Amino acid sequence: MAEVLVLVEHADGEPKKVTAELLTLARSLGEAAAVFLGAPGTYAKAKEYLAQYGAARVYVVESEDVVGYVGAPAAEVLAKLVADASPAAVLVAATADSREIAARVAAKTDSGLIWDAVALTPDLVATQGIFGGSTIVTSKVVKGVPVVVVRPNSTAPEAAPVTPSEQTVDIAISDAAKGAKIVDRVVEAKSGRPDLTEAQVVVSGGRGLGAAEHFTLVEKLADTLGAAVGASRAATDAGWYPHQNQVGQTGKTVSPQLYIAVGISGAIQHRAGMQTSKTIVAINKDPEAPIFEFADYGLVGDLFNVVPQLIEAIEKRRAG
Amino acid sequence: MNIVVTVKQVPDTWAEKKLDAADKTVDRKSVDSVMNEMDEYGVEEALKIKEAHGGEVTVVTMGPAKAAETIRKALSMGADKAVHLTDDLLHGSDALATSAALAKVISTLSPDIVITSSEASDARGGVIGALLAERLALPQLTQARKVTVDPAAGKVTIERLADNGYALVEASLPAVVAVVEKINQPRYPSFKGIMAAKKKPLTTLSAADAGLDAGAVGLAGATSTVVASEPAPPRSSGTIVKDEGDGGTKVAEFLAAQKLI
Ligand SMILES: Cc1cc2nc3c(=O)[nH]c(=O)nc-3n(C[C@H](O)[C@H](O)[C@H](O)COP(=O)(O)OP(=O)(O)OC[C@H]3O[C@@H](n4cnc5c(N)ncnc54)[C@H](O)[C@@H]3O)c2cc1C
Ligand SMILES: Cc1cc2nc3c(=O)[nH]c(=O)nc-3n(C[C@H](O)[C@H](O)[C@H](O)COP(=O)(O)OP(=O)(O)OC[C@H]3O[C@@H](n4cnc5c(N)ncnc54)[C@H](O)[C@@H]3O)c2cc1C
Repeated sequence: MAEVLVLVEHADGEPKKVTAELLTLARSLGEAAAVFLGAPGTYAKAKEYLAQYGAARVYVVESEDVVGYVGAPAAEVLAKLVADASPAAVLVAATADSREIAARVAAKTDSGLIWDAVALTPDLVATQGIFGGSTIVTSKVVKGVPVVVVRPNSTAPEAAPVTPSEQTVDIAISDAAKGAKIVDRVVEAKSGRPDLTEAQVVVSGGRGLGAAEHFTLVEKLADTLGAAVGASRAATDAGWYPHQNQVGQTGKTVSPQLYIAVGISGAIQHRAGMQTSKTIVAINKDPEAPIFEFADYGLVGDLFNVVPQLIEAIEKRRAG
Repeated sequence: MNIVVTVKQVPDTWAEKKLDAADKTVDRKSVDSVMNEMDEYGVEEALKIKEAHGGEVTVVTMGPAKAAETIRKALSMGADKAVHLTDDLLHGSDALATSAALAKVISTLSPDIVITSSEASDARGGVIGALLAERLALPQLTQARKVTVDPAAGKVTIERLADNGYALVEASLPAVVAVVEKINQPRYPSFKGIMAAKKKPLTTLSAADAGLDAGAVGLAGATSTVVASEPAPPRSSGTIVKDEGDGGTKVAEFLAAQKLI
């Protein structure tokens, strides 16, 4: 059975849930082979997780070179593995970093690239929702080794424990790939809540909140639901919430079971990032707000009255 | 500074977008077209770099004849000249072919910096910046929310969006920079700018003029094909309720009925 390469999505070695999803998907296509690229000493944290989700093989590169420069080194490693292992396909998660790496791998190996797949059949026909999910397309790579960028939350992860064969990949990153050097990393994130793209519930706030401090209301609702917090561009541009929480065309694309938009008008660029959510709830005081055109449940009212009451009602139900 | 900026013409942001029934490419005929909004930020950044360091801004686009409108917009914002790669052979090019064609044209312009944006609103690949860096063998400075150019030192530094903050990334010039919409506030073309744009040099190239191999571009050279397409099942229209003082409770009831709490 041919290998299917999966680029491991992780933060300092801690795998993201999408990695389990990709490994599960890979197993339906062939033999799952994880590719772990990280700083020295980080693989140990991922090892057990990858085994748990059925990575029959793990290719490991631990080096400052693969994490110290943008894009090119990771693409170089993957292109080498494609040449050496002749996999049936390469799967990466639809994150900003990985989609760029995927594109470079496709270019290097003269292969076709498909982005934002939500499903992939054993004969490698991909399903993409395009134009913000309004059209469903099936497509197929016709050249080289298919490089497929897969949306988080599109496969249910299933454990299938194995003992992976580990292979340290010996590769010297070329000087040409060291053009864009990462000289510093600055953390601005608010942490402690689920990852936006992986969360089953997302509560987002917009300009309707009126001030940064009112985001505590959104956070409180989110915490009541175990949700991630999102924001519209109006809210991130105003500095009320960090940019990495922005949902939309130029922010994150989310597809949770439940999306609650609080004080968000539903501009097309916002919609582009959330309209494939299973259930959409909107709270907005303007009955004409575009968000009501595609919400499953719309509450026309002042968020400062509705949200506290909602939190209380949920807590009451919980208490039984 | 020799600054090159890429712009793409796309269906109007608010238009309902469709695929052409016959060849499954974007239907660009039945909708109004505009410059990809994100590219306005790219053009703005190119103009800012020119204003700070001197030089010339060249706009590059690949697209049908109509895409000249988008070029004109960039010129009226203040770009100096433009190259329009246009040929029926290019119709249906995928991201790999598009990047190869753009790279070919851009390399003849010997840029000090290539500015692109992080995403076009029609296809939303978000990959052309990385692909141009790959094709041109230049540093990849993508997801940039701030760009600082130091021509004397031959250096460019960006703030690159990251999952938990940002990274400071440094490269020598020439480099490819892909900007996000946080970077600036694009200017509107002035009346004077619109008038001046009409006299600015515009070079139109066919695929052959650009030295492209006909088999490697367009639908003929595509590395993937669309098997089928259909409209997504429409969202069943939702329930809209006005708050009568019990709005929060109502929302909770809905969530409970949907087994979401
Ligand atoms: C290139 C480009 C990229 C973009 N990318 C994104 C993106 O990724 N994500 C994104 O979100 N936007 C994006 N935008 C911006 C987008 O066009 C909108 O401007 C933005 O989404 C508006 O945010 P908002 O809904 O919070 O604000 P508004 O549109 O101002 O809406 C605020 C809403 O709050 C309601 N409201 C006010 N007070 C209350 C109250 N007390 N109770 C209840 N409701 C209240 C109002 O009725 C209104 O509907 C982009 C734009 C461009 C040009
Ligand atoms: C719905 C849809 C899905 C598609 N899916 C795929 C796919 O899965 N794989 C694939 O290989 N191709 C795909 N394509 C084809 C692809 O869109 C085109 O090749 C496109 O020109 C490049 O991708 P993009 O627009 O997503 O660019 P992005 O990477 O999103 O664009 C970033 C920037 O690159 C520049 N740019 C992009 N195109 C041009 C241009 N023609 N001229 C000048 N500058 C430009 C602009 O500055 C733009 O802002 C798809 C097209 C559509 C319409």
